[in-house]
Amino acid sequence: MIIALRLGLVAALLLAWELASGRLVPEFFVSRPSAIAVALANYIQDGMIFFHMGVTATEAIAGFLLGGGAGFAAGLLLGRQPVLADVLDPFLTAFYSLPKVALAPLYVLWFGIGIEMKIVLAATIVFFLVFLNTYSGVRQVSREQLTILRLMGASEWQTMRMVVVPSAVSWVFTGLRLSVPYALIGAIVGEMIASNRGLGFVLSDAAGQFSTANVFAALLVITVLAILLNMAVRLAEKMLMPWQHAGNRREFSV
Amino acid sequence: MDWPVTMLLFEQVDMDFSANGRAVPAVRGVDLAVEAGEIVTLVGPSGCGKSTLLNITAGLFAPSRGRALYNGAPIRGINTRVGYMTQNDHLLPWRDVLGNISVPMEIAGLSQARKRERAEELLSLVGLSGFEKAYPAQLSGGMRKRAALARLLAQDPETLLMDEPFGALDAQLRLLLQAELRRVAKRFGKTVLFVTHDLDEAVAIADRCVIFAGRPGRIAEVLPITLPVDRDLFKLRFDPAYNELCARLWSIIAPELASGLAASQ
Repeated sequence: MIIALRLGLVAALLLAWELASGRLVPEFFVSRPSAIAVALANYIQDGMIFFHMGVTATEAIAGFLLGGGAGFAAGLLLGRQPVLADVLDPFLTAFYSLPKVALAPLYVLWFGIGIEMKIVLAATIVFFLVFLNTYSGVRQVSREQLTILRLMGASEWQTMRMVVVPSAVSWVFTGLRLSVPYALIGAIVGEMIASNRGLGFVLSDAAGQFSTANVFAALLVITVLAILLNMAVRLAEKMLMPWQHAGNRREFSV
Repeated sequence: MDWPVTMLLFEQVDMDFSANGRAVPAVRGVDLAVEAGEIVTLVGPSGCGKSTLLNITAGLFAPSRGRALYNGAPIRGINTRVGYMTQNDHLLPWRDVLGNISVPMEIAGLSQARKRERAEELLSLVGLSGFEKAYPAQLSGGMRKRAALARLLAQDPETLLMDEPFGALDAQLRLLLQAELRRVAKRFGKTVLFVTHDLDEAVAIADRCVIFAGRPGRIAEVLPITLPVDRDLFKLRFDPAYNELCARLWSIIAPELASGLAASQ
């Protein structure tokens, strides 16, 4: 039922778009669904779009893993070392407030216009999201659970592995889920600024040629990539946190 | 015959907590010696410092005044020779029952096979066989208690600190676990400090019962439980000596409970 309504909504919007285009709004600005479908078909037939998609996906995923890994490690370290966290706090806040995209020109100077620059840009954005979430997660670890393990003779490393990390992991995933679109922003903005490959390049190239249908087709491909990455993170979440998804069939009580 | 060894010694222990910057006396002048291998139950009105003594023994707090010695040495920091079963089970939500019970054995570095075998033993002991793969969130309160008890036994500590461990259990299972606790403790010479509000339980499992009076907490009386060491808990209720001790405990604690009630109103 819901799905039927959704499909109906999409059909209605596409129809309205198709009819309005060229009549109410100049086609130059909004293109039309049929033209976009043709543009998309051309992209797919040509095959180059998969190459560009692969480039962007590689940048986003590499940036995601690099930034996520560094953010997770930094969050764990600072979460367990409150003094260090206090010392670094103003610097981190300052760096956090900086729009990371503004670093792109600097990264071009440092890393050139190759894939490295986009990876580092995406990683920088992802780092803070994952770092902040991991840090909060580590700070919220139950003191009682830590104490119980210490009484059992657990070492710092064992409490880290058995309590701190699993307890923080749901926060980490919140950070990772938030990061997916930002990793793509990093990759695509990087490509738009300086590149001859990737979906950001396709997008700015199409816009440069005033081909609105191609711009919309590129946006569609980017959306598909974002959805795929999102699904991958959710799948990883399910696999790594089985306890959150274990069916709760016991009686409800208050 | 071995000489009795004092495992735990409290000397004139005072404990204060602070609330809004003011020191609130919680425990006053506690003197208590617990021998190795002895089972001591602690009873008394709520908030009279029974749990505080367990916390001091575990090394979570140091006494405000007086001395607390474990095995002849002052307790400094976390005391890893005790196992502590608090009122909250503190199971790890991200580990299933088997994983939770394995925690102390992983810390001790037991082999995978040994861990598995011991965990199965303990699960069947506490009646949780078949629930190995269940997560704590999927268990009832009583089942979580049983899992926590199995974890405590898996740790196999020298001294067991237990804070109302059987409170949430049904009468049959409670009796079974009381008997099992006594059997394990006596067989392996464990020292047990056991807080309970159930006076029958306080007599049934104890070698000695320490009765607290409230606010600030202090020891009102120590009742030696003169029942046989190898008593049969399942037949205890028909034993006149047992019933006499229960009546005795009741007569000591009833005025305490009444005054505790009056004080809290």
